[in-house]
Amino acid sequence: MAQTTEFRYLNPPTVEVRKKKYCRFKKAGIKYVDYKDAEFLKKFLNEQGKILPRRITGTSLKFQRKVAQAVKRARHLALLPYVTDLLK
Amino acid sequence: MIKQYETVFIATPVLSDSQMKEAVAKYTDLITKNGGEIVYQEDWGLKQLAYSIQKKTSGFYYLIEFKADTQFIDTLETQYRRDDRIIRFLTFAMDKHSIAYAERRRNNKAAKAE
Repeated sequence: MAQTTEFRYLNPPTVEVRKKKYCRFKKAGIKYVDYKDAEFLKKFLNEQGKILPRRITGTSLKFQRKVAQAVKRARHLALLPYVTDLLK
Repeated sequence: MIKQYETVFIATPVLSDSQMKEAVAKYTDLITKNGGEIVYQEDWGLKQLAYSIQKKTSGFYYLIEFKADTQFIDTLETQYRRDDRIIRFLTFAMDKHSIAYAERRRNNKAAKAE
């Protein structure tokens, strides 16, 4: 019976502690997402100018819709690009 | 029914300053003549566009915040569409949160100006 060697790591495996995501709008008490404020909206876009999903930003559904609506209005007014390669 | 609206339009960069003022005056008069009331105006001047519109890469942005009757918006938008100086426009009906936000934005912009 092969002696089952007990598996030991060199250093303890760091289980990635999952940071509790929170909706920044609820926390900061923001009630309205302004479509004219392109700098603020850029936080919710990736490098290609696409809207980040909720699972990444952690925003609640209600505010994700407001952000998406604001981003689409900003794109209509050419404040934000529809698609780009290096937004940041 | 009187509601509060916010409209932003982009004029072609080809315009000289006087033509731009004339375009703005045309719309402000249109609002006041039709029983509207202008709450706030803001000129963002010549800005680079994020993508080219009608082969132009920059434009004069102008923001007007006004109170007007709901039927008036159709006439405003047909005027925008007919006017070839305006390459893009957006009208936005404001709810109480956006009105409060616009209020705050005006105050701290005025405070910053001092």
